[in-house]
Amino acid sequence: MNATDQAHIAGIYEHPTRHAPDKSVAQLHAEAAKGALADAGLSKDDIDGYFCAGDAPGLGPLSMLEYMNLKVRHLDSTDTGGSSYLIHVAHAAQAIAAGKCTIALVTLAGRPRSTKTPERVHPDQPDAAWEKLFGVATVNAYAMSAMRHMHLYGTTPAQLAWVKVAASHHAQHNPNAMLRDVVTVEDVLRSPMIADPLHRLDCCVVSDGGGALIVTRPEIARSLARPVVAVRGTGEAAKHLGGGTFDLTVSGAAVSGPIAFAEAGITPADIKYASIYDSFTITVVIQLEDLGFCAKGDGGRFVADGNLIAGVGRLPFNTDGGGLCNNHPANRGGMTKIIEAVRQLRSEAHPAVQVANCDLALVQGTGGRLGTRHGSATLILERQ
Amino acid sequence: MMGRDIPSVTLTSDSEPFFAASTQGTFSIPACDDCGKTHWYPRPLCPHCFGERINWKPASGRGRIHTFSVMRRVPQPYAVAYVELAEGPLMLTNLVDCDLDAIRIDQPVELVFKPNADGLNVPMFRPA
Repeated sequence: MNATDQAHIAGIYEHPTRHAPDKSVAQLHAEAAKGALADAGLSKDDIDGYFCAGDAPGLGPLSMLEYMNLKVRHLDSTDTGGSSYLIHVAHAAQAIAAGKCTIALVTLAGRPRSTKTPERVHPDQPDAAWEKLFGVATVNAYAMSAMRHMHLYGTTPAQLAWVKVAASHHAQHNPNAMLRDVVTVEDVLRSPMIADPLHRLDCCVVSDGGGALIVTRPEIARSLARPVVAVRGTGEAAKHLGGGTFDLTVSGAAVSGPIAFAEAGITPADIKYASIYDSFTITVVIQLEDLGFCAKGDGGRFVADGNLIAGVGRLPFNTDGGGLCNNHPANRGGMTKIIEAVRQLRSEAHPAVQVANCDLALVQGTGGRLGTRHGSATLILERQ
Repeated sequence: MMGRDIPSVTLTSDSEPFFAASTQGTFSIPACDDCGKTHWYPRPLCPHCFGERINWKPASGRGRIHTFSVMRRVPQPYAVAYVELAEGPLMLTNLVDCDLDAIRIDQPVELVFKPNADGLNVPMFRPA
């Protein structure tokens, strides 16, 4: 029996706020934790493991454990940007299997929309000078991956736009989504160019908010009132520029994906629903290829013509509207990717986007930048 | 055409040797005498073999555009790029002295130093 057969996701909570000028980041973490505990039917004193990443203010778990007054015997603050929370689920499963904790809490929260704090890179970060001098930001780093993908494989801006179109079809049914209007390929291509070839509508939203998860042992999950969702496979990876030789059209999903599929003993064809990190439209295309949903280079054709739209295409994705339309709390989208996959497996997604007989779902996170360095994590979840 | 003011940066002992040379007009890249490979960005321990015999080699300044993106929604649009140096590694840089709408992947480029706010010679590239 591997570690992941011993962990279930028993509680989820997505904070409904998208703009929180009057709440602290710590408060949002605590509200998310409270929500996930209520969903699971547990109380705060049941928690004996805690997981958080760089969005947790202060000294991460120390500050947040004090703020929430939690007493735990296992903690982990692995930070791989927006993919951190997938890795937290993987590490929670390992810790539970090892007997280090039995009920783990994972929280995320942030207010980039309210505070608009500019990204600050410490000069000791080894790449800092080499990127600051040249004006590398998040959007143009991803754009360089997109440009290379278009050059090598003939991917078109219209194909990229289909990712946003699909997300918008889903977001129209989500009352909390920031952008609920259905858009067309032409709308995306007519939106202002931010960094070639990415238009404004190729980019995710900036939102405040948060979310939380409860991961626990199967027998505890089964004793609770909620539908049971098992962690069947996990994979993690870091992709970077090495010593100056790299392929910007390949993400860390090429490593984390096969590990997770092998652990679960399934293939991409078995997946009924996928939450795919969508910081930008190109992020989705490259990850889908690397996960094996299509061949490398075919991602543009794969996502075209509504193939990611629930009820229309072969692979329904991000049925909450994703980062492109719903939210991107703390500029980190991994938490909400997990939450929507659990909703699908519980048959609790909006009826208009609920996937029939959704028994196996994949969650893919990419945190950092495709065009420089990023963390990748893949989860395969199953309804029991 | 210069698209953008080049900011100040805080150098470390890793990056100082490059700028000491560049500000004297020499474009050099680190090569490891243990494994014979070049690398970028510069490190005192070779990222290929952890060798410490790093030798700064004058480089040709010739390369090809591997990929690029023009930042549009800023007061002074500019092009970031990875340039494949003739000596091997891919180097993050800016494309300057060119029509930002005419940049193409695989285009040959050559080095041009541009001073930043502190007078450091920063390695950038223009069409060859």
